[in-house]
Amino acid sequence: MAGVSSALYDPTTAKPGRTAQRRIGRPRLGRAAILLVSGLYFIGPLVGSFVFTVDDPVKGFTLSAYSQIFSVSGLWPALQLSLLLAVATIALVFLLLIPTVIAVRLGSPRLRSVVEFVCMLPLVVPSIALTAGINILLRWGTDNLASTPFWDTLLALQNASFPVVLLLAYVVMALPLAFRTLDAGMRALDVRTLLEAAQNNGAGRLRAIVFVVLPNLRGAMLNAGMLTLALVLGEFTVSSILGYTPFAVWIVNGNSAGDGPVTTAVSLVSMVLTWVLLLVLSVTGGRRTSAAKPS
Amino acid sequence: MSTIDPTAPAGAAGSDRSRRRLRSSLRRAAAGRIAVLPLLIFVAVAFGIPALAMAYGAFTTYEPGHPTSYTGGNLTSSLSGGYLDALLGSVRLSATAALIATVGGLLLAQAVVTSRFETLRHAVLSASGVLANFGGVPLAFAFVATLGNAGVLTTRLHLAGAGWSLYTFWGLVLVYLYFLIPLMVLSVIPALDGLRRQWREAAQNNGASLVQYWRYVALPVLTPSLLGGFVLLFGSAFAAYATAAAMVGASVPLITLQIADALNGNVSASASNVALAMSLDMVVISVLVMALYLPLQRRSARWLV
Repeated sequence: MAGVSSALYDPTTAKPGRTAQRRIGRPRLGRAAILLVSGLYFIGPLVGSFVFTVDDPVKGFTLSAYSQIFSVSGLWPALQLSLLLAVATIALVFLLLIPTVIAVRLGSPRLRSVVEFVCMLPLVVPSIALTAGINILLRWGTDNLASTPFWDTLLALQNASFPVVLLLAYVVMALPLAFRTLDAGMRALDVRTLLEAAQNNGAGRLRAIVFVVLPNLRGAMLNAGMLTLALVLGEFTVSSILGYTPFAVWIVNGNSAGDGPVTTAVSLVSMVLTWVLLLVLSVTGGRRTSAAKPS
Repeated sequence: MSTIDPTAPAGAAGSDRSRRRLRSSLRRAAAGRIAVLPLLIFVAVAFGIPALAMAYGAFTTYEPGHPTSYTGGNLTSSLSGGYLDALLGSVRLSATAALIATVGGLLLAQAVVTSRFETLRHAVLSASGVLANFGGVPLAFAFVATLGNAGVLTTRLHLAGAGWSLYTFWGLVLVYLYFLIPLMVLSVIPALDGLRRQWREAAQNNGASLVQYWRYVALPVLTPSLLGGFVLLFGSAFAAYATAAAMVGASVPLITLQIADALNGNVSASASNVALAMSLDMVVISVLVMALYLPLQRRSARWLV
């Protein structure tokens, strides 16, 4: 269509060309202004917090906030708890969702809409509302289950060194995004052909899924895993209200305890690390899809 | 089936084959259900039970040793006095921040989409993907360190003397924009890409000015995705808790802060049921948000083929 119309209007291109040129002048200035303002807005807080951590009102420039990161008390246990929870959350998310996205891709449209609905449900219950529900359940359990066999289950759920209740909440919170990411990765594959090809070559269905479909899903799995990791490392709402001290809660507690520059430094470092991780991911992911497109 | 021979043995083989195919497709459907089953059970336990407990608790009283009784009192008190102020405060904050972010995000996205530099586009898209998932504690800290009472800019530019405080309504709006604008950029860029160059050319050839083109062509096409984006931003600002909580000392009444206060037992023991009622209020609003968002998104998808 575009080719045809440009051929038709060929004799008169000079005029629209000139008006277009005239019009481009103003938007370009506006565009530069918009990009400048947004650039300042998005970089400002980062630069600001860096200056805040290295500028001591008395001593001037100092990196002590960053050298204290390794010695400040409580950081390592908090980080350990967060990482442990992150690994467990990612594992459980994969275990639940990968069979699901494959089944949804191969199954009926009705199955898809049911699964989509279920995975989007956590979006309508804000995490603080979910926490309120968990909180009342735990209190009810503490008051009523003391003499029943469920008591041990309840204690295990709240075990301080590995709070299963947080794991459950995190998996629920990660579901919508992880499902969409994995499902998008799955949609990009021609699963039926892959499976048929593998089966024609003598592979069983399970073998075909594990050795043919899953390797093709690697990119989406990496994406979903990283997003879940970022979610768990930054999670504050559920853990703080239920009284655990993972990474984000430790930062806030440390800050109100007077470790201002150190906690800001930790938060800045964690943020930059997460960003680098996600950026690397989005750049490599983008390259992979753009490389795959022309074929 | 067109290859079946009229001879008897081949016909038998054909029906046998089709029966086998039917059986295998049935088995596959069953396998599909079984593969989905763990997820459904998990959601029912880890999400369904707490959600039901929340809804049940919103309508009952709970005191150890006393029988539970049904009451509408929790909901009534969650919608009156300070709690109502907090709910309205949350709605006002989310709506304001979402509106500003919708406009800002559209401008930024348009600036990026029309730019000749591919690198810029990639950079902004990647950065948006990262920033949109970034709320919570580090965000609050970055702003406190920069614009808080002892913040770098506040002290250097003597902003406090000029009446600036981060811990006010507009301060929170400024902080929220940090993750709302990238979210808007992400959700509106596909729509902007869907605006075909030919529409613009057609409008120009018919003598339309730039303003007329936007007023009569571009904005009507963009409206569903803009509205959908706004609703999405509203929902995520409404549900945000960590950012506001980490900015200790913020004096803006928010429903999430009230719920957390009540759950932590800072108010009174019976307040936790009011917290459940407030949570239910939030769920109702989120459901409304979703009910608006999904059809809008579907409608905007129609143009983006």
